[in-house]
Amino acid sequence: MRVPGTLRAATLGVLLGLLALRPAVASNWPGVLARARGQHVYFDAWGGSERFNAYIAWVSRQVATCCDVTLREVPLEDTAQAVTQVIAEKAAGQNRNGTIDLIWINGPNFYALRRRGLLYGPFAQRLPNDRLVSRGDREVRYDFTVPVDGYESPWRTAQLVFIYDSAYVKHVPLDIRAFPAWVRRHPGRFTFPQVQNFLGVAFLEQALYALAPDPAVLQRPVTPAAFAAASAPLWRWFAKLQPYLWRHGREYPASGPAERQLLEDGEIDLMPSFNPASAAAEVAAGRLPKSVRTVVLTGGTLGNASFVAIPYNAPHKAGAMVVANFLLSPAAQARAGEIRALGGPTVLDLAKLTEAQRARFRAQASDPWMPPPAALRHVLPEPHPTWAVRLAAAWERRYTP
Amino acid sequence: MTNGEALAAQLPPAPDRRRSHGWLRYAPWATVALFLVPIGAGVLGTALPAFGWLPGLQRRHWTLAPWRALWAQPGIGTAIGLTLTSGLSATILAVALVFGCCAHLAQRPPGRMVRGLMGPILAAPHAAMAIGVAFLLAPSGWIVRLLSPWLTGWHQPPDIATVQDPYGIALTVGLVVKEIPYLLLMSLSALGQVPVQRQLQAAAALGYGRTNAWLKLVLPQIYAQLRLPIYAVLAYALSVVDMALILGPGNPPTLSVLALRWFSSPHVRLYFPAAAAALLQLGIVVASIAVWRAGEVLIGRLARRWIARGARHSVLGALAALARGLVGGLTLLGAASLLALAVWSVAAGWRFPDLLPQRCSAAVWRQQAGTLLWPLSTTLLVAAAASAVALLLVLACLEQEQRSGIQVRSRALWLLYVPLLVPQIAFLFGTQVLFTLLRLDGTLLAVIWSHLLFVLPYVFLSLADPWRALDPRYARTALALGASPGRVFLRIKLPLLLRPVLVAAAIGVAVSVDQYLPTIFAGAGRVVTLTTEAVTLASGGDRRVTGVFAVVQSVLPLAGYGLAVLVPRFTRGTWPARSGS
Repeated sequence: MRVPGTLRAATLGVLLGLLALRPAVASNWPGVLARARGQHVYFDAWGGSERFNAYIAWVSRQVATCCDVTLREVPLEDTAQAVTQVIAEKAAGQNRNGTIDLIWINGPNFYALRRRGLLYGPFAQRLPNDRLVSRGDREVRYDFTVPVDGYESPWRTAQLVFIYDSAYVKHVPLDIRAFPAWVRRHPGRFTFPQVQNFLGVAFLEQALYALAPDPAVLQRPVTPAAFAAASAPLWRWFAKLQPYLWRHGREYPASGPAERQLLEDGEIDLMPSFNPASAAAEVAAGRLPKSVRTVVLTGGTLGNASFVAIPYNAPHKAGAMVVANFLLSPAAQARAGEIRALGGPTVLDLAKLTEAQRARFRAQASDPWMPPPAALRHVLPEPHPTWAVRLAAAWERRYTP
Repeated sequence: MTNGEALAAQLPPAPDRRRSHGWLRYAPWATVALFLVPIGAGVLGTALPAFGWLPGLQRRHWTLAPWRALWAQPGIGTAIGLTLTSGLSATILAVALVFGCCAHLAQRPPGRMVRGLMGPILAAPHAAMAIGVAFLLAPSGWIVRLLSPWLTGWHQPPDIATVQDPYGIALTVGLVVKEIPYLLLMSLSALGQVPVQRQLQAAAALGYGRTNAWLKLVLPQIYAQLRLPIYAVLAYALSVVDMALILGPGNPPTLSVLALRWFSSPHVRLYFPAAAAALLQLGIVVASIAVWRAGEVLIGRLARRWIARGARHSVLGALAALARGLVGGLTLLGAASLLALAVWSVAAGWRFPDLLPQRCSAAVWRQQAGTLLWPLSTTLLVAAAASAVALLLVLACLEQEQRSGIQVRSRALWLLYVPLLVPQIAFLFGTQVLFTLLRLDGTLLAVIWSHLLFVLPYVFLSLADPWRALDPRYARTALALGASPGRVFLRIKLPLLLRPVLVAAAIGVAVSVDQYLPTIFAGAGRVVTLTTEAVTLASGGDRRVTGVFAVVQSVLPLAGYGLAVLVPRFTRGTWPARSGS
């Protein structure tokens, strides 16, 4: 957990004036590699998943060997803490010696830093492996409708799916509108993470998308009038859902992994997840029973990409770029795609790879715990980040006793 | 009391100002400054933004807007109510149970089993304990599994909120489990200074039962000594963060968790209600202590009449027996929680209603071995450094006290308790300002300093009594033989008191390992210890990895205590033998 953002502001901001942003220019890649040698890169990332931590540990061994870069993961309870930190450092005038070199980021957190001009870039195009990225995918170019413009580099994609335990339930709702009827038949067997968590708000946004009279408004910044009109059907729908949720909709799990524990414990039968391969990975690790299955809603579900970004005041930008580039390498992408690592689809365009590189991306369609590949094709674009903030606040006002 | 102590009590203290080293005279002041300055600066740094003063964000006018924003936050009333009910009821329960247990046991020490189990519970960090208790109490947890399906008929866990319940009952139980051993330890040490046996015999001759006599005769004598530890428990229970995150409800959570949530939100405007909430938390603690104090006076008055009436209640004996049983039960619950974590760390598949995992595997331990190394070494380094500094300061203070003949009075003892009484959330944010000004934030030094605030009081409290109880004739004899005070300290006092010194150091290590919020604030998230890692992982909900961390986290302090007990045994040959005590 990261703290007192604003306090550093309070103190240093007064002491030091705000220095002008210095555009750091990296002219060529060999120069970046040379500067990166011996650098310690502090990588702020959500640390609640042991699988992710293990993957980053692998990455840090690789970049240490190949490029003499020491990667230090700074595990966060919530990525927002890194955002607060950078904002605070900016206010405190700490424009050169920030504490963060690289952040695992997307959506509202990216928007918060980007609109304040607190990200270094554009740097993504300078990474040699960037040319391998699948440019056709909308979610690689727009992060929650906000143009990426080279201020962050993609490394994974994610899509909302639902995991259920087929030992207890045979049919699960494949449409947001079918959820109230399902929970009435299975009281207490479904829930979603609390709205302070990205997965919790993503589930509500999925419902908003399905129920709003005109989903197109979600692609523009939210206004009070647009929110009132778009969310009215959502509240009616939620009123039918809430009484039959786990704990009668009074309490919610803290995060996706916390909800995974509930599914393993048998307290619930159905949960949302943002990684299509997470069920397969958890089964492989023995943390979910073999009876779980993964489904996607019929109209498609929200999808996005995970990125890494470099704060404007990162002291080790070259090292951070080396890590970002390594995350895009076929080797790192293939490794991440392995179900025992992270699972989930790559951001690379396989057509741009050599035959030998392609062979490492084994098809995992036959895996019974993966969703059918065809179901994953239909990706809905994430709403503008302002919607998530407004939606979470409105939910808190209505449903916090 | 040995003869020597009796004699020493009658003699006036021997001032030795002439020989006292110059620098030693400043030891108490340096000690107080080292931990009061960060706390003072911290409270100020929290209080100013609570009234709109935060120049870094261009807010420079006094306003009550942060408080209006605080009241406008959804669920704030519920959160305050939850904080009060869980904190107060946990403290009242723990104190009542410990007094009842002591009354039932009277002069005898608690049973071997209870004592054996209390060590690990005392040593285990709060966060680890909470994770274990959560698994035990959950509707899919060990207790329900023990009874299912043969008794309950449940093949699936029931949808009952037995943890993270909206009333904070699970949080209260977790706090009581964790605080009972501490209060019991404090009571036993206070009881050591009262001639309990003689008084109980006298009371028995007058026809009072054991429990009656203990409550009417012994308790009033030891309560004054227990007052500060009880206030510390009360302050802690009202403002705890890590246990509340794990055992308490989330919608809304307790006030301190809400404050933390807003402090670490990307919406800078939430900083102001967060500061107001942190200040309110301080107010709640101060008011609760004041109410408790008023309760002491009131109960004291009523009790005096009750004692004077001379009634011999038999119901008290039954109540005390019940308390003793509950203490035993809660101790078992605590021990089972720690055991559950150990089992989870090797569990492969473990579903409801299986009592034990289907398969065991060391996979998680193997995976984590590498990951553990870094936080483990940081934890050890910080704990060793903080304890060493604390030990040096405390020894310097005690030595100065003996050489100058000025005893620390009970009012000065309050100063030591300040870090334990002021809620962490109310000053750690402000302390961060100080560290930022000193350009120390995010460094190991800042973390060590912030740990020192909490390590020092415990080290002082554990070392002061044995140090003062040392027969002063040893030192005087050595001085009379021409040894310098420094030599007396090194060659006579330290070797004689090696064991209490090492125990104090071990307590310091345990306290340091337990610190969650101070590490996070002072370390700016960069300094990762076992406890911060365990709480972060607990937020991820993976009980297996959490189990690995919790086991290592609990073993560390235990290893410290073990060393503290073993080392003096091996060195006995080389140093003078210890006297009685």
